[in-house]
Amino acid sequence: MSVDLATVKRVARLARIAVTEEDAQRMTGELNGILGFVEQLSEVNVDGVEPMTSVTPMAMKKRADVVTDGNKADDIVANAPNEDRNFFLVPKVVE
Amino acid sequence: MTDLTRLTIAEARTKLAAKEISAVELTEAYIGAIDAANGALNAYVVTTPDKARDMAKASDARIAAGKAGALEGIPLGIKDLFGTEGIHTQACSHILDGFKPKYESTVTQNLWNDGAVMLGKLNMDEFAMGSSNESSYYGPVKNPWRAKGSNVDLVPGGSSGGSAAAVAAFLCAGATATDTGGSIRQPAAFTGTVGIKPTYGRCSRWGIVAFASSLDQAGPIARDVRDAAILLKSMASVDAKDTTSVDLPVPDYEASLGQSLKGMKIGIPKEYRVDGMPEEIETLWQQGIAWLRDAGAEIVDISLPHTKYALPAYYIVAPAEASSNLARYDGVRYGLRVDGKDIADMYEKTRAAGFGTEVKRRIMIGTYVLSAGYYDAYYLQAQKVRTLIKRDFELAFHAGVDAILTPATPSSAFGIADEDLASDPVKMYLNDIFTVTVNMAGLPGIAVPAGLDHKGLPLGLQLIGKPFEEETLFRTAHVIEQAAGKFSPSKWW
Repeated sequence: MSVDLATVKRVARLARIAVTEEDAQRMTGELNGILGFVEQLSEVNVDGVEPMTSVTPMAMKKRADVVTDGNKADDIVANAPNEDRNFFLVPKVVE
Repeated sequence: MTDLTRLTIAEARTKLAAKEISAVELTEAYIGAIDAANGALNAYVVTTPDKARDMAKASDARIAAGKAGALEGIPLGIKDLFGTEGIHTQACSHILDGFKPKYESTVTQNLWNDGAVMLGKLNMDEFAMGSSNESSYYGPVKNPWRAKGSNVDLVPGGSSGGSAAAVAAFLCAGATATDTGGSIRQPAAFTGTVGIKPTYGRCSRWGIVAFASSLDQAGPIARDVRDAAILLKSMASVDAKDTTSVDLPVPDYEASLGQSLKGMKIGIPKEYRVDGMPEEIETLWQQGIAWLRDAGAEIVDISLPHTKYALPAYYIVAPAEASSNLARYDGVRYGLRVDGKDIADMYEKTRAAGFGTEVKRRIMIGTYVLSAGYYDAYYLQAQKVRTLIKRDFELAFHAGVDAILTPATPSSAFGIADEDLASDPVKMYLNDIFTVTVNMAGLPGIAVPAGLDHKGLPLGLQLIGKPFEEETLFRTAHVIEQAAGKFSPSKWW
């Protein structure tokens, strides 16, 4: 499979990365190079093979359902580019 | 006075305990070495000399009080991927500009709890995506090694290029690193240092900037096998904050050094003999086989038939996970923000400006293979192939193999801004051809220096072990180190 310019622009949109026409042109070639390389996986017979979901055979650990942390609103917003009284500020979303 | 930066961790530990040197003296020696060398090598992106001096003073007080920890007073460099409270943590990306976490990663906290001293944050490929350290927002690291009679700058490998270069150039006693497809072992091989990627689940991933969560593992880069064993003992732990952290006690890895290899079975996989591999890599491999046989190990030929599919499967699984993990960098909660006409425009502009070329490329691949209509053909197929890769290893171990010996990399260090590699991303990816299988199967792997090539550059061998049998790797790597000797670069910087 290979991608065309329109697909690259659509994927960039899905990934929320602004691309110029020039970026998209370059990426089309690069992505096709990588997709060409991974194409060889299709020759592997995977009949009856389970997809790997965990590399170690273990049940996921679960914590007790109790509050162990919190009251750190100041810490959480400390690195925000724009915040006000412990809220993250973003451009208007709802008109 | 002898140069204190030349002491291994084990040697410094002895001298500190005997009060022949103080932690402050040792730390000052490293601060001086970094000041003199970092301008040329670019291994550190931030240094923390004041913090280092405070920590060293506290270490001296604990030593005087008889309360020294396992790494008391040992000065370390920390890869920029590890969250360090109040200190620059940016995964060497522009998108995390100014980020100073309010928390400490479990691995670094373990090191400080054992008395280690932090010298600063080390350069790396952006978000650990790269094999040359050239994708860093802070510019490439120079390898302290140069070819004989040459003044051409070489890469230290990646992504933990700053860690490997700092250790090789005596700018820290040891360093933390991480490995998703070879990012500890390949730079270790390129710089004549020892690097171990432990079993998935051995070191907590909590507080480490995520790249591909099912593959990422932290581990040390050190001057020799013993130092790597000392560091891993402190870095590893059982951590309730990481659900993939395994509930197994951390062994005393150092105790495994010097044990005999008699009765041990070492597998040699024929699939690691690849087209175009230089003759001297094959020669080195045969030398390694001879050393282990001489030490009493039995050598057996094995087959890992799905080896050639590991790298293509990795370039689906890792970008898929990365595209998901890196969705959080949106200009809202931390780091860079570029304003836009609405919120989507802000996201797109922030991510366009904040991520470098290689990171964008991988996010795009990941987004594509996870998108509707392609998921089964790419992602699901890759996850099934991953099961087969792991099964290859399980069959070999089940047949009695204790560890597997392979070359660490298909070449020695290459030049910075190599045009051939820059023009084709897949060529750069092939650097990880021998290391990436280990991440796909979640196994431990160690790279140990084994010789120099005809250019005088270091080459490494890799040992792959059973899950949670890092002790076998340390014990076997130690035999190779004893036979091969240690290697350090001639100072040109």
